[in-house]
Parts: sequence; structure tokens; C-alpha cells
Amino acid sequence: MSFELIYQYLVSQSFLSGAWMTLLITVVSLLCGVVVGLFIAMLQSLKFPPIQWLTLFYLWLFRGTPVLFQIIFIYNVLPTFGIRLSAFLSAVIALSLNEGAYMAEIIRSGLQAVRKGQRTAGLALGMTRAKVLRYIVLPQAARIVLPPMGNQTIGMLKTSALVSVIAVEELLLVANQTASADFRYLEALTAAGLYYLLLTSIFITGQYLMERSLEPKKRRGVAPPSMLSRIRGRTSPAADN
Amino acid sequence: MSTPKLIEAISVDKHFGDMQVLYNCSLGVEVGETVVLIGPSGSGKSTFLRCLNLLEPPTGGNVFFEGRNINQDLGHADRIRRDIGMLFQNFELFQHLNAVENIMLAPMKVLGLSKADAHDLALDLLSKVHIPERAEHYPEELSGGQQQRVAIARALAMRPKMMLYDEPTSALDPEMIREVLDVMAELSADGMTSICVTHEMGFARRAADRIIFMEEGVIIESANAEDFFGGHVNERTQRFLDQILH
Repeated sequence: MSFELIYQYLVSQSFLSGAWMTLLITVVSLLCGVVVGLFIAMLQSLKFPPIQWLTLFYLWLFRGTPVLFQIIFIYNVLPTFGIRLSAFLSAVIALSLNEGAYMAEIIRSGLQAVRKGQRTAGLALGMTRAKVLRYIVLPQAARIVLPPMGNQTIGMLKTSALVSVIAVEELLLVANQTASADFRYLEALTAAGLYYLLLTSIFITGQYLMERSLEPKKRRGVAPPSMLSRIRGRTSPAADN
Repeated sequence: MSTPKLIEAISVDKHFGDMQVLYNCSLGVEVGETVVLIGPSGSGKSTFLRCLNLLEPPTGGNVFFEGRNINQDLGHADRIRRDIGMLFQNFELFQHLNAVENIMLAPMKVLGLSKADAHDLALDLLSKVHIPERAEHYPEELSGGQQQRVAIARALAMRPKMMLYDEPTSALDPEMIREVLDVMAELSADGMTSICVTHEMGFARRAADRIIFMEEGVIIESANAEDFFGGHVNERTQRFLDQILH
């Protein structure tokens, strides 16, 4: 194994842009996924049967099929109907719609976890429903959904490797292409692995800092899970000791 | 019907699905009056209170506030609720905000007060409810009595024309009930129009101008305080009083 070669891969233009592409797909899909999820969660709270059936159908569709299938479907089948999208766009759409289905559940449970009396108190003060949602419900729900959302982020980073099948030049595809060109699999994949670990570490740190800043001073006693327990995959304060 | 009513419910009915919980309830409250609403649990007192500020829209009858019929135009209910402060059994301070922020939120977001003005107002009101030193504390860090007093300050920050109290002391430990009732009684003495659902007959004796007795969704009796405490009540009211006074 050549450390020199690993280093060269790490600083090479193709790996850098591959890592950048992975990061871009992850962040864009995640943000779109949150928007989709919020939208679906809001629709569900309308309690209007046809809309509820529609959202249920959406969840069923995207949670009931593999992401890989969804990526390939959007890239390869939509052109048959005259919808021709770039590989990048197909990837982002597939991942966003898939993520949205999971985010919807997370956000819905977060919204439900805010006591009904909190909304009533806001309404009683003369706030409109929109303002109650914006200033009272969402800030409280945000604290509840942040830990599971952080997990989704890291999941998304790893899922993004799947879009290599539709030839998006992301990290795994770059590593694989490089390796098959000069048969240095160990070095090429090690370099890709290091980039993945670096990105994951950045996300974990970001999640930790965000949770700390959203946690008001009142929770001084119960700290958010430590970095160490996050790496072990524990994110609820209760499981942490 | 000589003096003008600040708020007046006329023949209010309320159904939840097939179940009717209020029957033909009428009540008028004059400016400056304090009315105490008593009755067994499940008698519809809280629901009636919530019909008055349209948190529960009546399914029959009408509610007038300052002479305007308000329950025909539910789209503007938020406008009416600015003028009607409300207290809840479980305080319902906003959990993510500290005491001053709880008080500042609605004046800033609804009335458009600047942050500085809202902050001054909040500190003033915290003094008025006797806990200026708790301004930066979060709800979890406050006792029940303190939370309820912050909730009073929060309601007063909207400069309401009247207050609705929905069993404001039922969730409090006995030693904290007094501090909340004191603040409420001070408000009433200052002329705040109030309707209070409570089991605290001591408060009724101290602050009430009129006592309303409700049972099974019906207003059974409306008596002014002297008559009421003079024992001039009907037999069902008396039976209820005997129960709660042991």
C-alpha cells in the first residue's frame, strides 16, 4: 500500500470534485427533503381525507421501494414520457422525494409532540394560526426533530453513493473509475473512505453544535449526547451515560 | 338590560359531534364586573369559557363583544382574542422561551411593538405580578404559582379589555394558590372585567360580583355575590356547595 498514492488521490482534482459532488448532492437533497417532508406533514395535519390518502400513497410509494430503484426509475423511465433530466437532477429529485417521505414522519411526530395547549395559548393571545405555527410550534418541534434529522443527514451522505449507477461523478464513482484505470483499488478506495469519514465527522460536529445552540439554558442538567456516543450511534440523551 | 355589556352570550349551544355539552347558555358581563363560574366537573364551564373567545366556536346562539356579533366571522377571531386575555389550568407558558420572552412574543408579533418596548413592558408586568427577579428563568425553572403569574403577565401584555380564567389554580399546590389568587383579585379590584372558572370559593367571596352555577351544560343559577353568600341559592346549587365545602 502506497501512502504517497493515497495522498495524491486525496489532493487530485477528480477526487476533490467527487467529494464536492457528494457533499452537494447530500446537502441539496437533504434541504429539498426537509421542504418536501414539511409540506407533507402540513398536508397530513389538514385532516382532509382525499389529501390524507394522497400523502399516504406518497409515503407508501417512496418508503415501499428501494432508493436505488427510485434513482434508476427517474433517470431511465421518465425520458420515455418525454421528461429528460440530467443525471445530477435525476439524482437530486430521487433522493429528495425519498428523503421527504422519511422527513415527513419525523416532522409529523415532532409537531405532534408539541402540546396542544401551547397552540391554544398562542391563539388565545390573538396570534393567527400561521404565527402560532411559526413562533410557537415549529421552534419547539425543531428541538425534537433535530437528533433524528442529524441521523438522516449522515444516512443521506452514505445513500448518495448509490447515484453512481446513473453516472453522477460523485466520490464512489470517481474512486471506482480511478481504481479500474490503474488497478490500485486499495489506495483509491481508502482515499474515498477518508473523504466519507471526513464529511461524516463534519456533519456529526455540526449536529452537535446545532443541538447545543437550540437547547436552552434551562436544560443545563441534561447535555446533548457527547461526540463519542454519537459515533457509536446513540443520539437520545436518555441512552447516554 | 340597562347597562351595556362588554361581552354577552345569548343562547349558546355547543355540540361535539353528536354530543351536546352546552344548552342555551346566556350570560352578560358588564365592564369592570367579576363573574365566577362554578359547577361540578364536566358541567361545561370550561367549554363555555372557550366559546366566549371562540377557541371553541359555538354551534348555536351568538356571542357579542362590545356590541359586535363575533361568532359569525370566525376568520377574524384572532382580532377579538387580542382583547380577551386567558389563563389555563396548566399555565401553558411557551416552553422554549424564558419568562420575559413569553411575555414579549405576542406584543411583538401581533401588535408590532419593538423589542425594546416589549422588553420594558414585560419587566413592568413581571413587577406587577410580583416576580421581577424571575425574568430570565425558563418555565421549567419556575414553580407552578410563578408560572401562572408569568402567564397573567403574558396575557396583560396585550392590554386586554377582559380576562378569562380557566381553573387557574387547580394544578397548583395549596401554598401557591394564594399568590395567584392575590394577583387576580388585585386585577379585579383595579376594574379588570373577568370571568373565572374555579372551585376557590374564597376567591369568589373576595372578588366576585356575581356567581354563576352550571350543571350538565345548563346555567342553573346566576346570583349576585351578597345573595349567594347570604344563602339565597337554589337547592341544586346548595347541594353542590355542601359537597365542595365538605
